[in-house]
Amino acid sequence: MTSGSHLSIWFFVGILLAFYGLIITGAGIYGVFVPPPVHLAQYHADLWWGLLLLAIGVFYCYHFAPRKAQAR
Amino acid sequence: MPSLPLVLAAETVTTKLLSLSLPDLVIIVAYFAMVLGIGWYLKRQTQTGEDFFLAGREMTAWIAGLSFLSANLGSLELMGWAGAASQYGILATHWYWIGAIPAMLFLGVAMMPFYYISQTHSVPGYLQLRFGEDSRAFAAISFAFMTILMSGVNMFAMAKVMKVILGWDMNFSILVSSLTVAAYVALGGLKSAIFNEVLQFVLIWAGAMLIPILGLLDAGGWANLQTKIAERMGGADYTHAWRTLGSFQDNPMGIHWTGIVFGLGWVISFGYWTTDFLVVQRVLSAKDLRSAKMAPIIGAAFKMMVPFIVILPGLLGIGLLDTTLYPEDQTPAGGHSYNEVLPIMMGRYFGPGLLGLGITALIAGFMAGMAGNVSAFATVWTYDIYRAFIKQDASDAHYVSMGRWCTIIGIFVSIGTAYMVMGSKSIMDYVQALFSFFIAPLFGTVLLGMLWRRATSAGGFWGLLAGTLSSIAMWALVKFYPPALAWVALSPHAKDMAENMYRGLWSWIICVVVTVAVSLVTRPKTDQELVGLVYGCTPIPAEQHVLLWQRPIFWAGVVGAVFIALNVIFW
Repeated sequence: MTSGSHLSIWFFVGILLAFYGLIITGAGIYGVFVPPPVHLAQYHADLWWGLLLLAIGVFYCYHFAPRKAQAR
Repeated sequence: MPSLPLVLAAETVTTKLLSLSLPDLVIIVAYFAMVLGIGWYLKRQTQTGEDFFLAGREMTAWIAGLSFLSANLGSLELMGWAGAASQYGILATHWYWIGAIPAMLFLGVAMMPFYYISQTHSVPGYLQLRFGEDSRAFAAISFAFMTILMSGVNMFAMAKVMKVILGWDMNFSILVSSLTVAAYVALGGLKSAIFNEVLQFVLIWAGAMLIPILGLLDAGGWANLQTKIAERMGGADYTHAWRTLGSFQDNPMGIHWTGIVFGLGWVISFGYWTTDFLVVQRVLSAKDLRSAKMAPIIGAAFKMMVPFIVILPGLLGIGLLDTTLYPEDQTPAGGHSYNEVLPIMMGRYFGPGLLGLGITALIAGFMAGMAGNVSAFATVWTYDIYRAFIKQDASDAHYVSMGRWCTIIGIFVSIGTAYMVMGSKSIMDYVQALFSFFIAPLFGTVLLGMLWRRATSAGGFWGLLAGTLSSIAMWALVKFYPPALAWVALSPHAKDMAENMYRGLWSWIICVVVTVAVSLVTRPKTDQELVGLVYGCTPIPAEQHVLLWQRPIFWAGVVGAVFIALNVIFW
């Protein structure tokens, strides 16, 4: 599913993960100042999990971008 | 797996478990937008019957494999088995390991060549090629009926879960989820369903993997968690998978290792993973034979890891939660059932944003389950019932249009089923039982069909019929004369799961015996007629020219070795 002019499923996955990463990182930054009422809030799981999703999402968006897929 | 504990919280629930904030809602809405966008995008690519019903047969091994696994990894499954783990401990892992891995590897290595080379579009389609129209009609009608009911049960369960967790109105959940699924499956067919299953797979890992990571930090590591659980459960062993299975009384599930190995590991698991068209359809969409063989092996590799995000949260629930959990039918008003352990753990660790992702993973799981059922229904109805018995000589475009329409009709029937289940809970038990009637005998028929060239058309049909009818008879006998449980399940104290396993085993044996007996007295097909269908008559492309690490058999060996290692580690 990465050949021809068809978009790869992984491109869609990349868009969604990058968007979710942005929102969760944003919520995580807010959480640094106003910690959410959950267990282990001191680890800021939302901040680093959001950044990880954003990184994976951006990588997938780039790697499976339509122009690159067409060139292959 | 078919016989899972279902999420059915008490009707009296008035308070919701979790509250969502703005980031959570944005995440949920973005998921719906993405799903509909994918359906709209794929519509342009979906022109022919092959596109609509087999996703153009162009999926890579990875996409077919992840979708194969996802079709089974629904939210009922996730929540149900996390609940089972918090009730029965690590024994629930057997449904992911011995109850899946050997069967998935066998499908990839031994059975996939025949499904794929025969160029069939469905499991009933294979039966038609191998045994003729009677067997196909029987399998197709029972399958179509069953999937549409399962889709309705899924829809009801989703609405119920959203009501319990978030306080959402059930009619709203049913309406939104069914319209979305109808839209994207009718637009993009199987390809749309597969894309969304891959999306769901990623979301489930992204949304649930933090629970075991944070939970283990919270508990201070696996060894500390084991100690905590032993303290709380009065010394009972909840964290070893095999050493407590020597006798019925030693483990929380009341089960013996023979039941796990022969009932679950053989009949139930092989029947489900190798003949349930819902999962097999995903593999048939692979682009070539090697991808089709690799897909179930890739699926198996990830299946082995699923206990990390399902069973471990359940165990963490036993060791860490201050609230008491109850079995579904004994939950007091305001209390929580075992099946709610996964969302409870989400609420424990997830702040705004992360919680939305966790809930989206659950919603995605439910919707992918519905889409899977509906797309399989559309294929079997259009190819195996409509084209076979109603209108044989229409154009390809006519069948695609039929596929689109029966997707929409299928969704309406599912909505009807969902409201029927809402009216009477016992319908859900009947649907679950129905599922178990067909799967074990069908495995007997397909296995003999693929491996034994002497099996005849009459043998296949009568074996399948006898196996299915005997399964229904055993179920009815126990239902109306409960003491019969001692004969069917070999013990008067057997639980539902044990009864299902033994009923599956007996009906499989009856199917095999009848198939063999009838085959021996009827005229066999010639070898020419069996080319591409049966072991020994089918030239299977050699793989000697491919590098070792590109061969499916090599990876099946690797997955098999990890499977054995995991069982030894958690012995």
